[in-house]
Amino acid sequence: MSSPTPHFPGGSMCETCGTHAVHAHEGAGAQNNRDLVVLGDHILAANDRAAAHNRAHFDARHLLVLNLMSSPGAGKTALLEATADALKDELRMAVIEGDLETENDAARIRAHGLDAVQITTGSACHLDAGMIHAAMHRIDLDALDILFIENVGNLVCPANFDLGQHRNVALLSYAEGDDKPAKYPVLFRRADLVLLTKADLAPYLDDFDAERARRNVRNLGNPAPILSVSAKSGAALSAWFDWLRGERAKRLSRTPALA
Amino acid sequence: MHELSICLALVAELETLARRHDARIRRVSITIGPLAGVEPDLVAQAYPLACAGTAAQASELHIERSRVRIRCRGCGLESNATVNHLSCNACGDWQTELLSGDELILNQVELDTAAEAADELADASLSGGFHV
Repeated sequence: MSSPTPHFPGGSMCETCGTHAVHAHEGAGAQNNRDLVVLGDHILAANDRAAAHNRAHFDARHLLVLNLMSSPGAGKTALLEATADALKDELRMAVIEGDLETENDAARIRAHGLDAVQITTGSACHLDAGMIHAAMHRIDLDALDILFIENVGNLVCPANFDLGQHRNVALLSYAEGDDKPAKYPVLFRRADLVLLTKADLAPYLDDFDAERARRNVRNLGNPAPILSVSAKSGAALSAWFDWLRGERAKRLSRTPALA
Repeated sequence: MHELSICLALVAELETLARRHDARIRRVSITIGPLAGVEPDLVAQAYPLACAGTAAQASELHIERSRVRIRCRGCGLESNATVNHLSCNACGDWQTELLSGDELILNQVELDTAAEAADELADASLSGGFHV
């Protein structure tokens, strides 16, 4: 049984709830008491609000927060281990680790001298802003320059959820194939930096074409810098470190909204 | 699959709306763009599960699908595009701006404000929040 779609008169504010919603009040028969509420809100508005709250905490401390996303095994943790070794005397860093199970990654990070909080999501395929809020209060944010969030290894779901980060970093390993940005456009379109990881494997993986990977990112209209790096050999990591320093400097020069 | 998470978030918004209006949810209209990262068919499957036992139970979900539209930053042309090829159709420049296609929007909600529906809701959730 289909009901007629009510029309709503142009643009009048609702007197019932006083919000931005606009209503159409239909005929008031006993069988037909219907209101139409016009919204236009992001479906994940609650997560967005939680993310904005997180970001206010970070901005109040001039803290740079990065969301690292990739498929499982692209080398997020290895990159952070190498970053800890190289920069821990220069920048104060900590890591929030997201995994379905195990404390393994947090233990790896701690072994390199950084504070790490592990979030185990159970069966959830992504982190959300509420999980980050709970985790970040287990870290001394005042004692930090950079907070890394290592998202659950997954090229699909994490892309949807704002965590309060300032920048998204997407990792794509040479072992995965240079067409990943075309296959997972939602995530790679939103990346502010793309790292082509495990570049030390390039001599053995001649079907991975870094130029093709770059073109696939550009085809998404994304101007993000793209760096080939190897956490294992250390090749080109200096460009990643320079990017971190640059983003950190941008945070320092900002006036926080929240004192 | 994160579509269930999306539906749970949607139903939480609907429950707030239902409480505010002393109503039940009859029909919901959302827009999903091809670049939203959300699969409309999976949302349609997950929606009834997320609605179970809420004010949106048995509500009808209508999903509109938007198109990917871009504007070239070079030549200014507006055109349709596909999810993994957002370059300009005319001049080929990859530096384009997304005009639409990444929406994940709750557009409209049709409420049932019949007295008995409101009474049912009041019985179901005594924890307040009525009449903002």
